Amino acid sequence: MNRPDLRISIGSTVFSNPVLTASGTFGYAREFEPYLNLHRLGGVVVKGISLSPRKGNPPPRIVETACGMLNAIGLENVGLERFISEKMPYLREIGTKVIVNILGDSLDDYRLLAARLSEVEGVHAIEVNISCPNVKKGGVAFGTDAAMAEAVTRAVCEESGVPVIVKLSPNVTDITLIARAVENGGAQAVSLINTLLGMAIDSRSRRPKLANIVGGLSGPAIKPVALRMVWQVARAVQIPVIGIGGISNATDAIEFFLAGASAVQIGTANFVNPGVCDEVVRGIEEYLVEHRLQGIQGLIGALIVDC
Amino acid sequence: MNQFQCQAEIVRMEHLTSDIVRMTLQAPDIAACAIPGQFIMVKAGEGCDPLLRRPFSIHQVIGNGRVQILFKVLGKGTRLLAGMRAGMALNLVGPLGRGFSLESREGFCLVGGGMGIAPLYFLARELQRLSRPPQLVVLLGARTAAELAQLAEDFRELGVRELHLATDDGSLGHHGYVAELIPRQLGRGGDDWQLCACGPHPMLQAVAKEAKSLSCPCQVSLETMMACGISACLGCAIPRAGLSGAYLHVCKDGPVFDAKEVAWL
Repeated sequence: MNRPDLRISIGSTVFSNPVLTASGTFGYAREFEPYLNLHRLGGVVVKGISLSPRKGNPPPRIVETACGMLNAIGLENVGLERFISEKMPYLREIGTKVIVNILGDSLDDYRLLAARLSEVEGVHAIEVNISCPNVKKGGVAFGTDAAMAEAVTRAVCEESGVPVIVKLSPNVTDITLIARAVENGGAQAVSLINTLLGMAIDSRSRRPKLANIVGGLSGPAIKPVALRMVWQVARAVQIPVIGIGGISNATDAIEFFLAGASAVQIGTANFVNPGVCDEVVRGIEEYLVEHRLQGIQGLIGALIVDC
Repeated sequence: MNQFQCQAEIVRMEHLTSDIVRMTLQAPDIAACAIPGQFIMVKAGEGCDPLLRRPFSIHQVIGNGRVQILFKVLGKGTRLLAGMRAGMALNLVGPLGRGFSLESREGFCLVGGGMGIAPLYFLARELQRLSRPPQLVVLLGARTAAELAQLAEDFRELGVRELHLATDDGSLGHHGYVAELIPRQLGRGGDDWQLCACGPHPMLQAVAKEAKSLSCPCQVSLETMMACGISACLGCAIPRAGLSGAYLHVCKDGPVFDAKEVAWL
C-alpha cells in the first residue's frame, strides 16, 4: 500500500499534512528547532501579531490547573514590522506553510494587517483572532457578536490576497451562529476553539492567581468542549473546520477529524512536549495505514452515530 | 542551539531530609554542554495532572554524563518526583537559559537561600576549575540546621574555606537572614568582587540592595511560573528596571540576570 495522502486544502493553499501549531504556543517556530523537524509540520501558526508591538500583561501570567493551564499573556508580540523584518526570513526557510495570526483593536487595524501581510513573501494564510480584542466603541468583543464577526471577516477578506481563517471563541452561547456569520463574511476556514475564560484563586492569600484575575483555559481539560463545538460547527458550515483544544497525541487529533475537522492545531501540548507535532503527524499516518484508509479525507467527519 | 529533549534514567535518589531530595540523572547530552545557572524542564509523571514540566536549576554536572537536581517537596509535581526510584526514567528538556557569567574577578561571593543553593554548587565547582581560580566566599541560608547541614558539608568537601551559614531559627550559624552576612564579607571593598545569588525573591531583593550599597556587581538567578522554558509561552515575564511596562522573560533573558536589569518591586 502507498503512503496515505495527508494533504488538505484551505482556499488555494495546500498543506502537506493536517497538523498545524496553535498561535501563541509555538513562538515564531525557531524556538522549537532543536526538538523537531519543522519541515514535517503541515503548517506553523505564529504568535498573534498586532500593528504595534505589545508588552503584554503584568505577572503572574500563567497558572496550572487540573489537566490544563490558565494564561493571561496579554498578546505580547513584536508588532507587524519587526515580525516581517526579524521573523519572516527564518520562517521562509523552514519549508512549511506559514499562517500569521492577526489581532487588532478596530476594523482598520485588521484591514491594515491583512493588506500588508498578504503581500509578504512566504505568508500562506492569515488567521484572524477575534476572540480577545475589544472594539474601540462600545467594548463588544468581535468574537462574541455575529454581526461584528462577519464585519471583521469581510474587512480582512477584502484586503487579503491569501486564504483567511477565522479563529472562534468558545465563550459564546451558540458558536454555530458566529461560524455561519464568518462564513458569510467570506472566510475560507474557521479554527476553534480558542481558550475558555476561567479563573483560579489562592485560598490562603484570598487573591486571584493571575494578575489579570481571569485568563484563558487550555490543555487536555478543554478537549471534550472543543470536540463538541467542532462537531456542531462542522455540520453548520461548508468551509473547512480546524480543530483546536487539548490535542496531545495522534489519537486526540483523530477524534477531531472524526468530529468533522479537516485539520488540527496543537497548542499547550507544545509546552509539555516540544516534539509533539512530529509525533502526531507520524501517528496519524500509522492510523490511516492500520485502518486501510488512502488518505485523511476518508476520516474527516467519519463519526459513526448509531441511532 | 545546544538543547535536547531526552529520556533520562534516574541513577540515584538521596533524601537529604524528609522533604529535600537530590536526584541524579543520566543525561549525557545535557551534561556535556550545561553551564552553571542553566536549568532543565522535568516532566513529573506520565499523565496530564500535573500537566506542565517543572523547571529545576542544574545542581551539579558529574563527569560521566550525569546531572543532578535538588528540590523540596512543595506540591503535586515535586511529590511525584520525590517518590521516584533509581532505575526509573524521566523526560528532560535542556539545558536552558542564560547562566552565570564567570568573567574574571578578584573574588566571587555566592549567596544561596533554601533550594536556591542548588545552582551555586555547580557554580562554585566551575569557578574552582578556572585556570586562575578567584577567591571564593560562600554564604548559605536556610530555615533550619537540618535543611542546611548536608549542603554546607558538600561545599566544605569542595574545598571552600570561606563558608558562612545562617538559619532563620538560629540552629546553625548566624541567627537571621543570609543577606545580612554580606557586608561583613565584602566590607573590605567589593568593587572587584562579583556577587552571585539564588534564593527566594525577598532574599534576592536584599542581596541586590547590599550589592548596590557596596558597588559590587551582582548576578541573581530568578524563579517564576513557567510553562515551556523555551520562550514560546511568554508566561515567565518579570518587570524590567527603568522602562516602565517592559518585561524580561526568565527562561530566555535569564534565569540569571544582572541585578540592575530587574525592577525590584
